Amino acid sequence: MTIRNVLRDHGQRYRPRMACLKKAEKVVLEMQDPATGVKLQPQRLVITTIPHAITGEDIVAWLADRFQIDAQEARSFGSMLVALGYIYPIQDHKRLVVKPDASLYRFQTPYFWPTQQWPVEDTDYAIYLAKRNIRKKGILELHEQEQYNRLHKWMNHKWDFIVMQAKEQYRAAKERKKPDRVVFDCQERAYWVVHRPPPGTVSAMDYGLERLIDPNAHEVTGLAALAVLFLYFPSVWSMVTCFSLHCRLVKYCATYKGHDPFLSKCLPSNPWLTDDVTYWALNMPNVEIPTKMRVERWTFSFGELLSDPRGRDDFRLFLKKEFSGENLAFWEGCEDLKWGTAATMKEKAEQIYKTFLARGAPRWINIDGKTMEITVKGLKHPHRYVLDAAQTHIYMLMKKDSYGRYLKSPVFKETMKKAVCPEEHKFSDSQLEQNARNRRPSLSPIIIRQQEQEQKAKMAASAPVDITQVMSKLSKQGKEVPPRRTSVKND
Amino acid sequence: MCDQTFMAATFGPCDSCSKPSPLMNIYIKNEATNYCSLCVEMMACQGLQKGETLESLKRESETLKKKLEEERNKLNDVELHQVAEKVEVLSALSIKTRRVLKGHGNKVLCMDWCKDKRRMVSSSQDGKVIVWDAFTLNKEHGVPLPCTWVLACAYAPLRSLCLIMNGYLGLDNKCSVIPLSLDKNENLAAKKKSVAMHTNYVSGCSFTNSDMQLLTSSGDGTCALWDVESGQLLQSFHGHTADVLSLDLAPSETGNTFVSGGCDMKANVWDMRSGQNIQSFESHESDINCVKYYPSGDAFASASDDATCRFYDLRADREVAVYQKDSIIFGASTCDFSLSGRLLFAGYNDYTINVWDVLKGTRATILFGHENRVSRVRVSPDGTALGSASWDSTLRVSWSFSTGSNYIFRFIKLLFWVNSRLVLEFTVAF
Repeated sequence: MTIRNVLRDHGQRYRPRMACLKKAEKVVLEMQDPATGVKLQPQRLVITTIPHAITGEDIVAWLADRFQIDAQEARSFGSMLVALGYIYPIQDHKRLVVKPDASLYRFQTPYFWPTQQWPVEDTDYAIYLAKRNIRKKGILELHEQEQYNRLHKWMNHKWDFIVMQAKEQYRAAKERKKPDRVVFDCQERAYWVVHRPPPGTVSAMDYGLERLIDPNAHEVTGLAALAVLFLYFPSVWSMVTCFSLHCRLVKYCATYKGHDPFLSKCLPSNPWLTDDVTYWALNMPNVEIPTKMRVERWTFSFGELLSDPRGRDDFRLFLKKEFSGENLAFWEGCEDLKWGTAATMKEKAEQIYKTFLARGAPRWINIDGKTMEITVKGLKHPHRYVLDAAQTHIYMLMKKDSYGRYLKSPVFKETMKKAVCPEEHKFSDSQLEQNARNRRPSLSPIIIRQQEQEQKAKMAASAPVDITQVMSKLSKQGKEVPPRRTSVKND
Repeated sequence: MCDQTFMAATFGPCDSCSKPSPLMNIYIKNEATNYCSLCVEMMACQGLQKGETLESLKRESETLKKKLEEERNKLNDVELHQVAEKVEVLSALSIKTRRVLKGHGNKVLCMDWCKDKRRMVSSSQDGKVIVWDAFTLNKEHGVPLPCTWVLACAYAPLRSLCLIMNGYLGLDNKCSVIPLSLDKNENLAAKKKSVAMHTNYVSGCSFTNSDMQLLTSSGDGTCALWDVESGQLLQSFHGHTADVLSLDLAPSETGNTFVSGGCDMKANVWDMRSGQNIQSFESHESDINCVKYYPSGDAFASASDDATCRFYDLRADREVAVYQKDSIIFGASTCDFSLSGRLLFAGYNDYTINVWDVLKGTRATILFGHENRVSRVRVSPDGTALGSASWDSTLRVSWSFSTGSNYIFRFIKLLFWVNSRLVLEFTVAF
């Protein structure tokens, strides 16, 4: 196995994931257009004249105009262009941001543009540092000095070559005219600030983890072609047109809009906003009295009702009164089987079969013959999805039948009546400060979990309603047996 | 939840290897057969058979793709934003960041919320995994790990004991589970239990509906379902031709599916029961960094390096919206929906978070503040806040101010607490 070198671009095969470069290049080319681009002009900086310079404010204004965005976004975009190395600052060359004032920038020459095709070589960096060393000893900064020493050690075998190259480049530079030389030096310096950033700065060239496929290649291998043929299936071709599907999405958004804290008010108040945790206390999973909003959510869909523990409890109570609690219990058992540990799977499947499906079972559920046949056949080789068909059948039964009746039942109406609708908080300045000071940690989830497990154990011990026993009790007593419900108060 | 085809997952002897296992029914030369997932994989890798060449296969796959596109387009009569024209425009959103969680020493690579709506877990390149109470800014647990680039972490849904993370360091392509405990002095790293093992880096992981199963996606192109207790591989999912970068489980009650997105620009929907690839969407132009289901489970969004986020409807089996803007050229690395699904928060590599109006396809607002790439955005479980993790080693929590209008003017003062438990926090005037 190869040990991946996390240090730099050493021996890196390709630079992945810089898809933004092509787009950035297009923008930069537009900016350089003599007619419609950013205003270029020679700028005076002390005694030197810098040709083709642009100011930070011009960059921001041009970007804001071109993309129809506001100044802050334009500034952020401009800073990214500088961070990538397409534009470089002249004065504060180490800080790669756009300052929206008269500070000067220049366009980088395409020779020094960042590219995805090949990595930036350490050899070139060594030559650059050596060249600067030749020009004036002691000009290198601390981090550059360290880099230089490190490269000297690692590239000792070609150090002669590096020094020779540096000397050649230095000599060639001397033969250029002074303004050109100054410009080239600036460009080269900017290039290396981008690709070998000083420690502690954020580098836009940092792309994170290397991915395994080469972004420069586009190959459909034979394997992929085969995979498409054998593994890809057209999904269910529903005869529903897009219009109705879009309507469903729109309807979903509209239904939940009132419940979305980003779009409407949280009652009594968003805890993050006011530092007051009443909202969370009122909406604890097993609270005795739910809020009106929460109860409203239960009416949106059966899935919502089941996924809310308080809702599920209410539904369970209703089913108990209707003597069809075994449906929900069976459904929960199947969920437990599906998502539980593999070790206990076989026993669980057997247990569920004995309790719900076998003939004369204590909590027999009513499923049609075909599903029963499939299930029984599957149980010969129990796997975690063996009860899937039966579970789906029961789920649809509950959804289409019991759910509708639940919403009209006295249990639900009672809950709805008792549901609390808290007043909106109106805090004053000082009260908000007080709240912020009084922020306290909450009960650890580990403790909550332990409490839940205890409660579950209690319920399991007291619960299973044996239908035969209940029926016999009814006939003996001639009156209804009041269901016992263990309620848990959360403080 | 839309009606799925209720295929009873068949279990029985495979037609080719005769071992009893969950079966996928596939078509070979127009004949229906039942193979177990291992045999399907082997068959797909067999190479060219007699009378086939690479070109002929390529041509066949192209024609098949074209046919599928035609079928899809037949039912496409109107675009989503046209239907959404009647929907009222979102009132001006004012979302501000007011909590900054500092404590990591290096890039924060991943974060996840706990179901109690205020705690979160985050993992970072410095090898630490920290559990925070984001509300009070306390750090509750800190687990130092021996490897760097802890790429993903998640909080177990039952809030109980376990917390998971991934390691990447060449040889360690594992996913481990750590039971959390109340004892502050306990060495949690020692109780780490390794569950999943891939042949390359693990890019994403998620608990299923319970604490006992784990779904992972890996750079080796596969996804896998594991049993936490025994570390056993329950099901593997093959079909991506490049690294799989992220996955998300369907939110519905009858959810047996999940979606994964990868470097082959494809987003695949899988059936967890049989390991079959049910649907595939290929419309991105670059790697898909993140996929996330719409809250109803009927659709999902994907964020990609081509600087767009796309919205796919599962029943229509096609892409229904593209969220892009000229001024956004950097790749989106993460996305998440708000509770109602109206807003899509997407974090980009240009250090910003763009908030899109899902129905109308326009951008609602943009959040600044991070000083390096945004690696992860997640909306809290009750939808009240947005947590974002970034390579600038901080996590930020933001929420809406426009729905509590009288509070905007209140945060004028600078508030400091220097307390041994609380980290320095400040709020600044708008």
